[in-house]
Amino acid sequence: MNEYTTTRHNEMIDPSLHIWGWEIPVYLFIGGLVAGMMIITGYFIFKGKYKDKACVCGVLPLLGMIILSAGMFALFLDLEHKLYTWRLYTSFKIASPMSWGAWILIVVYPAMAASFFVNVPEYFSKIFPWMDKISEKLQQHRYLIKNIGVINMLLGGLLGIYTGVLLSALGARPLWNSSMLWLLFLVSGLSSAAAFVHMVAGRVDERELLAKADNGFLIIEIFVIGLFVIGMITSTKVHIQSAMLLLSGIYAPVFWVFVVGLGIVIPLIIQLLAVNHKIKHTPIAPIMVIIGGLILRFVIVDAGQYSHWIDAAF
Amino acid sequence: MARFGMVIDTKKCVGCMDCVVVCKTENNVPEGFNRDWIVQDVRGKNPHLQMEIRSERCNHCDNPPCVYCCPTGASHVHDLGGVVIVTHDMCIGCKACIAACPYDARFIHPEGYADKCTFCIHRVEKGMGPACVSVCPTHCMFWGALDDPNSEVSKLLDSRKHHALIPEAGTKPQIFYLV
Repeated sequence: MNEYTTTRHNEMIDPSLHIWGWEIPVYLFIGGLVAGMMIITGYFIFKGKYKDKACVCGVLPLLGMIILSAGMFALFLDLEHKLYTWRLYTSFKIASPMSWGAWILIVVYPAMAASFFVNVPEYFSKIFPWMDKISEKLQQHRYLIKNIGVINMLLGGLLGIYTGVLLSALGARPLWNSSMLWLLFLVSGLSSAAAFVHMVAGRVDERELLAKADNGFLIIEIFVIGLFVIGMITSTKVHIQSAMLLLSGIYAPVFWVFVVGLGIVIPLIIQLLAVNHKIKHTPIAPIMVIIGGLILRFVIVDAGQYSHWIDAAF
Repeated sequence: MARFGMVIDTKKCVGCMDCVVVCKTENNVPEGFNRDWIVQDVRGKNPHLQMEIRSERCNHCDNPPCVYCCPTGASHVHDLGGVVIVTHDMCIGCKACIAACPYDARFIHPEGYADKCTFCIHRVEKGMGPACVSVCPTHCMFWGALDDPNSEVSKLLDSRKHHALIPEAGTKPQIFYLV
């Protein structure tokens, strides 16, 4: 027997940690989604697809900036000392993933803005002709445009990776303390982004390409989840117990049904049938992938807070 | 420079909570929150049970994850004795330090910043020890320089069996419990 009784009952700490509500999972999901959108945009720009006005890479940067701003607002809502938010930008702490993230968020906006001006959507160029002039000048520099594509892919990768490292650097929460979490969040972000772009792309060939890419990301995600779990159950006692939260504990139903089943396996089967022309492409599978990605962040953030070192039997 | 730490004799602690009450008074800790607390840890199988009563607080770790993860530098190690403290007007309330602490020793003060035990740094600067140590009716709490071999805390650690909390987390806690 091991009975542990404490007189402490601090708000948000006891009986189990619950400091982060909906804001952080939503922000982490959006960070991953926009990271994936930046990588897809960068790839299309790098491959020269921006020359076609109908390319989806024309609308993605603007959508990315709007969605990321919503995510940053959620992050702001989570802060408890809001008036001091500016303190994030008076220092850079190399050991703090949150400090890295704050600065990465600052640099991704100019990169997305640059990719927006590579191929300004017609709607904007009609209202703001000066945008088209910038676009024309940019398009005279082929290598500059390729570099904008590369920078978007790199910064998108950094943004997606950071959302995982933000949690995995917190060693006090065994479930987060995995070297696979950055990869899981990056691949999940890429699959959500591919699903999202699949829905907003106007060209059939782009939709087909993104459905195929999404299938690839979903298959990789299954393997990464497998490696994440293997890494946990072959580690220390607290890591094994934290993995059990997902495998057979209180978070298992939502993890297996909504994240793995409805968020990865079923949409993967639907999209495999669609890309093999057995059934038509519909928004059902992409919506399932996006919701699955969001629920993955909720499960990981909640279960991670529940996992701990003290009297580690949970 | 001294490295301050605390030694608590679990053979003498009766869990009276004087340390908890004086901490709240001394540091104006708001209602519903605690910078220190009492734990009863019962292990074994009936009738062979062992109980340890501990007064717990921030461990002022030598390898403090709460300091490393802080994005603004609000959480930092004080020049005086390596005490881990929070500068309130630098804290944005992101709660990363709370998630980083394996002891769950931190909380969000109702005014929005992260709060925790400071080893009563305001008293230490005046040459006094923490308030909790000064009021303990069983004299089970000791505070001093761990790097001074002649200090009371060093002598106790040299002469008595002791343990720290969750040393396997790698944070190098600086509060030790005599058993």
